[in-house]
Amino acid sequence: MTYIPPETLQKEADKLLQELIPKKDLMKAKERTRLPSQAMPAQDPNVRITNLDEVALGYTPEQARVEAMRCTQCKKQPCIAGCPVGIDIPRFIKHIADGEFQESINVIKEQSILPAICGRVCPQEVQCQLPCTVGKSLKDVNKAVSIGRLERFVSDWEREQGSVQIPAVKPATGKKVAIVGSGPAGLVVATDVRREGHDVTIFEAFHKPGGVVRYGIPEFRLPNTLVDADIDTLDKMGVKLETNFVVGRTRKLVDLMKKDGFDAVFVGSGAGLPMFMGIEGENLVGVFSANEYLTRANLMRAFERGAADTPIYKSKKVVVLGGGNVAMDAARMAKRLGAEQVYVVYRRTEVEMPARVEEVEHAKEEGIIFHFLQNASKIIGDDKGKVKAMECLRYELGEPDDSGRRRPVVIEGSEFEIEVDTVLVSIGNGSNPLIPQTTSEMEVNRWGNIVVNEGQKTSMDRVYAGGDIVLGAATVILAMGEGRRAAASINELLAES
Amino acid sequence: MNEIIQKKQLSDDVYLMRVKAPLIVEERLPGQFIMLQLDSDYGERIPLTIADANEEEGTISLIFQVVGKTTKDLSLLNVGDSIDNLVGPLGSPTHIDNFGRVVCVGGGIGVAPLHPIAQALKKAGNHVTIIIGARNKDLIVLEDEMRAIADELIVCTDDGSYGRKDLVTAPLKEACEADPKPDMAIAIGPPIMMKFCAETTRPYGVFTQVSLNTIMVDGTGMCGGCRVNVGDEVKFVCVDGPEFDGHKVDFDNMMNRLNSYKEIETSAHKCNIDKLAEAKK
Repeated sequence: MTYIPPETLQKEADKLLQELIPKKDLMKAKERTRLPSQAMPAQDPNVRITNLDEVALGYTPEQARVEAMRCTQCKKQPCIAGCPVGIDIPRFIKHIADGEFQESINVIKEQSILPAICGRVCPQEVQCQLPCTVGKSLKDVNKAVSIGRLERFVSDWEREQGSVQIPAVKPATGKKVAIVGSGPAGLVVATDVRREGHDVTIFEAFHKPGGVVRYGIPEFRLPNTLVDADIDTLDKMGVKLETNFVVGRTRKLVDLMKKDGFDAVFVGSGAGLPMFMGIEGENLVGVFSANEYLTRANLMRAFERGAADTPIYKSKKVVVLGGGNVAMDAARMAKRLGAEQVYVVYRRTEVEMPARVEEVEHAKEEGIIFHFLQNASKIIGDDKGKVKAMECLRYELGEPDDSGRRRPVVIEGSEFEIEVDTVLVSIGNGSNPLIPQTTSEMEVNRWGNIVVNEGQKTSMDRVYAGGDIVLGAATVILAMGEGRRAAASINELLAES
Repeated sequence: MNEIIQKKQLSDDVYLMRVKAPLIVEERLPGQFIMLQLDSDYGERIPLTIADANEEEGTISLIFQVVGKTTKDLSLLNVGDSIDNLVGPLGSPTHIDNFGRVVCVGGGIGVAPLHPIAQALKKAGNHVTIIIGARNKDLIVLEDEMRAIADELIVCTDDGSYGRKDLVTAPLKEACEADPKPDMAIAIGPPIMMKFCAETTRPYGVFTQVSLNTIMVDGTGMCGGCRVNVGDEVKFVCVDGPEFDGHKVDFDNMMNRLNSYKEIETSAHKCNIDKLAEAKK
């Protein structure tokens, strides 16, 4: 894809919209399908690699309306089934086509609590946009209606208007609910439980709330101001927040109920220990988990060299191991921190990469170099114990494995070396061990993830869990879905007792 | 929150601070640590061990040596000031039991985290020998407190300005050669000291526990910055530790990793010194 400046995109959309408005309700499905898919305006790649500002700038109202008119309002509505929280997608899109932005965001908010975040980080191409009738008829999922971009547009529009409604809170019930972790799952539970009039306290281990949305996902993909806005809404609803509080250590989980009188607890403590490859040289100086690298840059603000006390490694040649969104974030952050060359090494092909297509495109535009069908076999250090090179093996695709993806098979004798000074390992996370370690009553599976029933209840009475601590490393939207289910269970429990 | 209620300079660059932290006092056990940060936006999070706690006052004691920017800034705070962010207690507590005869070795400010452990071991019925060492007399901390606990206390200085002129490994070796030999040793101090304590006890088969102070960012099992090689395994100091079998720890790799940011920090430190000089003009 070639980069198109935002001004050009806007000019084209504006012209087209004027032509479309008179016939907006008269267009046949075929005509709608033929409308040009609206590209996301973005910062110039050459400029953005020198800053942390958001890359995707968001649709203009004109672009949003044209894109919304591409929706044929088909009868099957397959997009709704593709959304983990079942947003009435055709209805919110119709409102955008008609220029009724407030009505549109109201529809989204019937189901979703964090639309500004989900509109940015949801993997839409494998969810709502995958079965989209428009995409299907054009035989290209990337030409589906850009549901995520439209969701982002109306939620940004609402925030910029200052018309964000604080959800109504019912009269106080006198019941107390503790929420462990202020990531996406926790924020959702807090909102839904508080609405019912329960007293809600969120406990956060870090000094700032937001969880992975704060420490992990970089500013250039998800600005912190959005997280701040969501936290601010919770604050206005009367939700309490205790930072620097590690449940399990500062207070045992059971003591929250026994000593502090909480009637129910939700555990959303998130993913935990980063996984490593288990290869030689992985503890050399210059090898970092993507978690650590991104936390230093984001939460600890090491990107602002000179201002921040937290240091970040100075790199010239960086290799990122892995093909997920976190790998893309780490690679693009390394570029912004001044690395001359950044490689992503992934053992399958681009098709199997779990990262969102848009992130991969953005990474390529920024000069990240992809090496597919390769994997690290050894990290080589110099005489001071610092990384100087990495040995790789080449792979080919074999039979499909349990995940349905073709299994990468090593090509014997294909070893080769690449010269690098930094290795960022981004191959996933284990579960956070803190709650299980300090709560012997809690049932966990063999990977340490908390076991829950269909109502998100754990093996402990009055204790519920959701998000990555249950799912392993998943997505914001899935965490939100789990949070909504858990909140419903908690509200039901507290209504009875 | 986290108000400093006492500050005492123990030597040139070693300070003791008592800080209000009632929740931490309630839960803390020997061997655990805290993380603190002095500025919510730009401060660095650093781990510090808990030297003592006072349940009535709800305070914890921190003993720290000025080694970088954050410890320098911390040393400039005064009674009545507050620490922006203080979280804990973190890490797995020390396993306390009646092991029999235990030798506790503390080097420099490593004596601070050793103090609550020695206290608990004594209370559990152990015969406790304590060896404390430092470069010179000025850097010896908590001598009186340790003397109150110890069945036997040996003080060493590198320069002979106080106690024996020896490294801590010398009396440790003697203890291992004595009859009965110790059932266990605990060594806390600079990595190089812990490494040589482990090497000293190894031939005698005396189990030696060490407490590691690695680089950490969150301290709660998320970043993986604190990983160390222990035997054939990679362990995370913040949640699997901080205590490990000293005979299995790869100290050389750990010391290398501790120096990951040395070049950057040295230049930042110089830069700060320049700023100070500028300000004084």
